[in-house]
Amino acid sequence: MSAVLDLKLKRANKVYHEGEVLAGVVVITGKEAIQHQGISLTMEGFVNLQLSSKSVGVFEAFYNSVKPIQLINSNIEVAKPGKVPGGKTEIPFEFPLQVKGNKVLYETYHGVFVNIQYTLRCDMRRPLLAKDLSKTCEFMLHCQPQKSKVQPSPVDFIITPETLQNVRERSVLPKFLIRGHLDATNCVITQPLTGELVVESSEVAIKSIELQLVRVETCGCAEGYARDATEIQNIQIAEGDVSHGLPIPIYMVFPRLFTCATLETTNFKVEFEVNVVIVFHDDHLITENFPLKLCRV
Amino acid sequence: KDFYCGRHSRVRHYEAELRSCRAAVASVDFGDYHPLKPITVLDSRSRRGGRKGSTSSSSSSSSSVAPDPLSSLLEGTDPLSLFAAAAEAAELGRRRREREEEVGLDFEPWAAKRGEILARFTTTEKLSINLFMGSDKSKASSPSSAVSEKVRTRLEELDDLEEGSQREMMNLSQQDYVNRIEDLNQSLKEAWSSDQKVKALKIVIQCSKLLSDTSVIQFYPSKFVLITDILDTFGQLVYDRIWSMCSDPHSLPDTFSAEDVNDTAKETCLNWFFKIASIRELIPRLYVEAAILKCNRFLNNSGIQETVPRLTAMVRGIGDPLVAVYARAYLCRVGMEVTPHLKDSLNKNFFDLLASFRQIHGDAVQNQLVLQRVEVPVYLTLYSPAIHWILQCVAYRASDVLLTEMMERCKKLGNNALLLNSVMWAFRAEFVAARATDFISMIKDCDETGFPKHLLFGSLGRSLACADPPESERLPILNEAWKVITKVRNAQDYITCAEIWVEFTCRHFTKREVNTVLADIIKHMTPDRAFEDAYTELHSVMMKILTYFHNFSVLFSMEKFLPFLDMFQKDSVRVEVCKSIMEVFIKHQQESTRDPVILNALLHVCKTMHDSVNALTVEDEKRSVSLLINGFIRMVSFGRDFEQQLSFCVEARATFCNLEPVIIQLIHTVNQLAIETRRVMGGSHSRKTAAFVRACAAYCFITIPSISNIFSRLHLYLLSGKVALANQCLSQADAFMKAAVSVLPEVPRTIVVEGKQRSSESFLLEFISSFLSTLLVVPDHPEQGVLYLVRGLLNMVQDYTWEDSSDAKVRVYISALPLLAAMSQESYLYTILNVDSNETLYGGDPKFVAEISRLCETLIGQVLDHLKTLGREEVMHRQGSLAFSLFSCLLAHADLRNNKLNQLAVNLWNLSHKNGQCDTRISVRTLEHIKSQAQHSELSHLSDMLLRLSLQSRA
Repeated sequence: MSAVLDLKLKRANKVYHEGEVLAGVVVITGKEAIQHQGISLTMEGFVNLQLSSKSVGVFEAFYNSVKPIQLINSNIEVAKPGKVPGGKTEIPFEFPLQVKGNKVLYETYHGVFVNIQYTLRCDMRRPLLAKDLSKTCEFMLHCQPQKSKVQPSPVDFIITPETLQNVRERSVLPKFLIRGHLDATNCVITQPLTGELVVESSEVAIKSIELQLVRVETCGCAEGYARDATEIQNIQIAEGDVSHGLPIPIYMVFPRLFTCATLETTNFKVEFEVNVVIVFHDDHLITENFPLKLCRV
Repeated sequence: KDFYCGRHSRVRHYEAELRSCRAAVASVDFGDYHPLKPITVLDSRSRRGGRKGSTSSSSSSSSSVAPDPLSSLLEGTDPLSLFAAAAEAAELGRRRREREEEVGLDFEPWAAKRGEILARFTTTEKLSINLFMGSDKSKASSPSSAVSEKVRTRLEELDDLEEGSQREMMNLSQQDYVNRIEDLNQSLKEAWSSDQKVKALKIVIQCSKLLSDTSVIQFYPSKFVLITDILDTFGQLVYDRIWSMCSDPHSLPDTFSAEDVNDTAKETCLNWFFKIASIRELIPRLYVEAAILKCNRFLNNSGIQETVPRLTAMVRGIGDPLVAVYARAYLCRVGMEVTPHLKDSLNKNFFDLLASFRQIHGDAVQNQLVLQRVEVPVYLTLYSPAIHWILQCVAYRASDVLLTEMMERCKKLGNNALLLNSVMWAFRAEFVAARATDFISMIKDCDETGFPKHLLFGSLGRSLACADPPESERLPILNEAWKVITKVRNAQDYITCAEIWVEFTCRHFTKREVNTVLADIIKHMTPDRAFEDAYTELHSVMMKILTYFHNFSVLFSMEKFLPFLDMFQKDSVRVEVCKSIMEVFIKHQQESTRDPVILNALLHVCKTMHDSVNALTVEDEKRSVSLLINGFIRMVSFGRDFEQQLSFCVEARATFCNLEPVIIQLIHTVNQLAIETRRVMGGSHSRKTAAFVRACAAYCFITIPSISNIFSRLHLYLLSGKVALANQCLSQADAFMKAAVSVLPEVPRTIVVEGKQRSSESFLLEFISSFLSTLLVVPDHPEQGVLYLVRGLLNMVQDYTWEDSSDAKVRVYISALPLLAAMSQESYLYTILNVDSNETLYGGDPKFVAEISRLCETLIGQVLDHLKTLGREEVMHRQGSLAFSLFSCLLAHADLRNNKLNQLAVNLWNLSHKNGQCDTRISVRTLEHIKSQAQHSELSHLSDMLLRLSLQSRA
C-alpha cells in the first residue's frame, strides 16, 4: 500500500442543496512522494430504474434494459500532473453543485425499483506500472424547500367490519370498532408521522397494531408502466391486547435515504403510503391504507 | 562482717520527709499546666480556619474544651483529608449550580431496590432465552427477492447479529439464565470496544425483546432488573462515546447545551436515534430509546422534555399489564435520573397506569395465569416493585394536594388493593399516618380474593412505624389491624405482618397491649413448630420490644415475655436473642436492682448464654458472653442485705462455673461486699458481721483455686488477703498469703499474652513487689517464727527455677531490702485500722531488729555473691546496673554512718562505674541528690561519703 486516496466533505451529514458548493479535502497519504498525472474530481448523479420481475414479461420489449437517466456530470481538476510529497497531504476543493440546462436535480432516494444517487469521485491518474487511484463518496441531495405552506390535511378514520373491502364473508367477522386520526397526510419529511388510535371495542383479542410505511414506485411512460408497492419499514405501535378506550399514539419517523419528497416525473414516480395494520389474535389482518404526500419545508 | 547488733537501716521520719517533698512540688499549678495543652490548642485553632466546610465534628467544638491531642494533630495535616475536603467543596459548588429540584439523598435509589427484587422474585422453573439473531427470513416480505443485496443488508442489519444464527437456549435454570444475561452484558461491552456498534445495538435490542416474554411470569421482575442493567450499560456507552466526540479540543462542561456540540457528534447521535426509531417491535424500541434518553441533550435543548411524554404515551400500546407497568417503571427511573424536574410525565405515567388498571383482571391475563398455574395473589405481588417505584418517583417531594388527588383516584378504582399497597409503601409515612383510619376502611373494602390483606396491613404498619397517627385514632387502628392479622392462617405470612405491627404497638402502648400481641404471636407460631422457620422475624420482634421497653421490671412482668423467649429453641438463635437482651439491659439499666423477677429472668437468660459455651466455642465468643454476664452481676445489688448478696454470688458461681472472667468478677464482687460491710460498720465488726466477712473470705478462698490463669489467681489471693486483713480476719489473710506463696513455684517461665508466648518474669517481679509491700502490715503468726511470710516468700524465690541468664532473683532480693528497712522502723509507713502490725507486736524489740538485720545481711551477701559471678566481659553491664541498684537501695534505706555499710556503698559505686556502663546523667543526679540530703543535720555524714564517690568522667 504505497498511497491512499481519500475524500472528505466538510459537512458531517453530507447533505447539499442545488446551487450550493461542496467543500472538502482530498487526502493523500503515502510513505514516499507520489508521482501522478493529474488529480480530478467528478460529480455524478443518476436515476436508476429497474423493472420488477413480475412486470418483466409484459414490458420486455420496451424496458428490458432501462437506461439510467443522468442528472448531473461535471468535472474539475484539483491538481496538475506532478508530485505529491510523502506523508499526509490535504488538497482543499470547492465544487459548485450546478446543473447544466434545464435539468432538475431530484432528491437522493434509495428504493427498490428507483434509485436516485449522487456521487463525488476523485481520480488520480498515475504513470505506467502504477495503478490509478480512485475514491468515491456519496453525498445527499435535498431539493429546495417548498415555497408554499403545507396544508396538513388531517384525516379521521373508523374501522369496523362494515368499512372493510375485500371481505369474502362479512358475516363471520368479529365485531370491533377502531377509531383514530392522522394529524397530517401531507407530511413534512423531517417531522414524524403522528396521530392517535383508539380501540373502542373488539370481540377478539388484538395481537398487534403496526404502521407499515410503503413506497409506491412507478416506472414507465405513455406506452405502459409498472407500478409496485413495497414495504420500507414496519413499526409496531401496540403489542398484545391493549386497553380499550385508551388512545395509543401513532408515531413514525421517516427514515432517511429510503424516503424522499413525493416525486412525479415523466419517466417515473415515487409515492408513499402508510398502512395501519391490525392483527387479531387469530392472525386475521386488517389494513387501512392512507396515501401520504411527503414534502420538504 | 558484723551486722548483727543494732539497727542498720536508717531511721525514717516518714511524715517529715513527706512534708519536705510536698513543699518542693507545691509551686507547680496543675490546674493550668499541662505539657501537651498549649501545643494542641494552638494547633487546632490554626487548622480550624482552613477547614471550612469539612464535616468533622470537632470543628464546632468550643475552644474551652481541650481537644484530643491525637485527632487535632492529625486534622488538616493529613493530606488525604485535605484532598477530600477540597473535592467536597468542589462538589458542593457544582451541586449549587444545578437545579434545586435535583434528587436528594432522601430518595431511595434504584440500586437499593435492585438486590431486593433479585432476591425476592425467583423461580425453580426452566427458563429459555430466545435471541433471534438470525436473518429474519420467515418474516421477510415477498418483494425482498427483488431488493438489491445492499439494500437488503441495510434493512436486515438491525435484526442480524451473526449471519444465519438463531440462538435459542432452553431449559435454563435461574442461575444459568443470570449467567447468560451477564455473558450478553460482557459481549455488549466487547462488541462496543471492538467498534462493532451495530452488533452492540443488536444485542441490546434482542435483550430488550426478552422483556416482552412473560413465560415463567414469577421471574419477570428479576428479569427486568437483569435486562435493564444491560440497557443502562448501553445508554452509558453511547453517551460516553458521543461525549468523547465533543471533547476535542477540550471537554464539554457538565452543563453544556446543544450549541456546544459539534456537527460530527450531532450526526452520530442523530444516527442512533434514526436507527432506534426503525426498530420494528414496540418494546425494544421503547426500552432502547429510553436507555439513550440522556443523549437527547446533544441534539437540542428541549429534546428530553419532548421525548419523555411521547415515550410515556407509547407505553399505552403494550397490552400485557405487567410488561407495561415495568416499562413505566423503567421510564420513571430514567426520567428521575435525567430530568428529575419533569414531574408531569411521572404523574402521567401513574394516571395511565390507573387507566389501564382493569387490564390486570382481563381475560388475557387470567388465561395466562391458568396456563402457568400461578395464583392471583402471587401474580399481583409481581407488580409491587414497579408500582412502588413509580409511586416513589411521583410522591418524591410532591405536595399533599397531589398525593390526596392520587389517593382519591385509586379509591375510585375497583380491586385497588395492589395500588393501595403501593400508595402506603411509597407515599410519605406522615401522609399515610395522618390518614390511617381512612386507609383501614379502604383496606377493609378491598376484595379478599385478589391481593392478600395481610400485605396491605403490613405496608400500613410500615408507615405507622415511621410516623405517628393522631393520638385518638391509635387504639382503634391497632384493634382493626390486629383483627385482620390474627386471622391470617399461614404462619409465615402472619409473622411477617405481625412483626411490622409490633413496632407500632410498642411505640404507643403499654405492656398490656404488647403482652396481648405476644400472646397472639405465641398462639399462632406454636402449632406445628412454625416458629422454627421464623426465627429472623421473631428475633426482630424481640429487638423492637427491647427498643421501646427499657424498664426490665415492666418487661419481665409481661406474662408472655418468657414464653415468647422460649420459642427460640434453636441454640444459636436463642443465644443471640439472650445476648440482645443482655446488651439492652447493660446499656439502659441505670440503677442496680434486687427485683426478684428481673434477677430470676436474667439469671435464666445468662445461664442460657453460659450453657452455650463448650469446648468448641471461640475465645471471642467466650469473652463477649462473659462481658455480658459480668455486666449483669455488677447491676445486682441487694442494698444492705449483704447475706442475700453473698448467697446470690454463691448461686451465680454454681451457674457460671465455666466462664473464668465471670468467676473473677464474682470474687471481686464478694471482696467488695466485705469492704462495704467494713465501711458500714465503721471499721469495727460486730460478731455477726465478723462472721459474715469471714464467710466472704471463705468464699474467695475456695473459689480462687478453680481459676486456671495463674496470675489471676496470684493477684486475687493477694487482693483477697488484703481485704481479709482490712476486715481483721488475720488467720484468713494469713491463709491467702500462704496460698499465694505456695502457688508461686507453679508460675511457668513463659505465659501466653494476646496469643504470643512471652516471658513471665516481668509479671512475676511486678507481683512480688506488690506482695512485698503488703507484707509490711501483715502481722506475724504467733505460732510461726519471726517474719515467716517474708522468709517463706524469699525461700520460694530462692527455689524458683529462674531463667539462666537472669538477674531476677537478685532483683527480688534487692527489692526486699526496703521492706525489711521499713519493718525495722519504730512506726510504720502505713498500718491498717484495728490491726496490729509487727511494729506493735514486737514494739521494736532488739531481737526482732537483729533478726531483720540478719536477713538483710544474708540478702546482701547473696547479691554480692551474684555480682562476683558477673565479672566476665559480656555480662559487665548487668553487673554495673545491679551494683548501682544495690547502691541506691543502701543510700535510701541503710544507715550509712555504719562504716562497713558506708564502705560497701562506696565499693558498689565504684564497681558500677568501673566498666563505664553507667549512665552519667543518672550518676550526676544521684550525686546532686546526696548533696542535698547531706544538708539535713542527721544525714551530714553523707557529705563525707560524697568526697569518696567519683564520677567516671572526672577520673
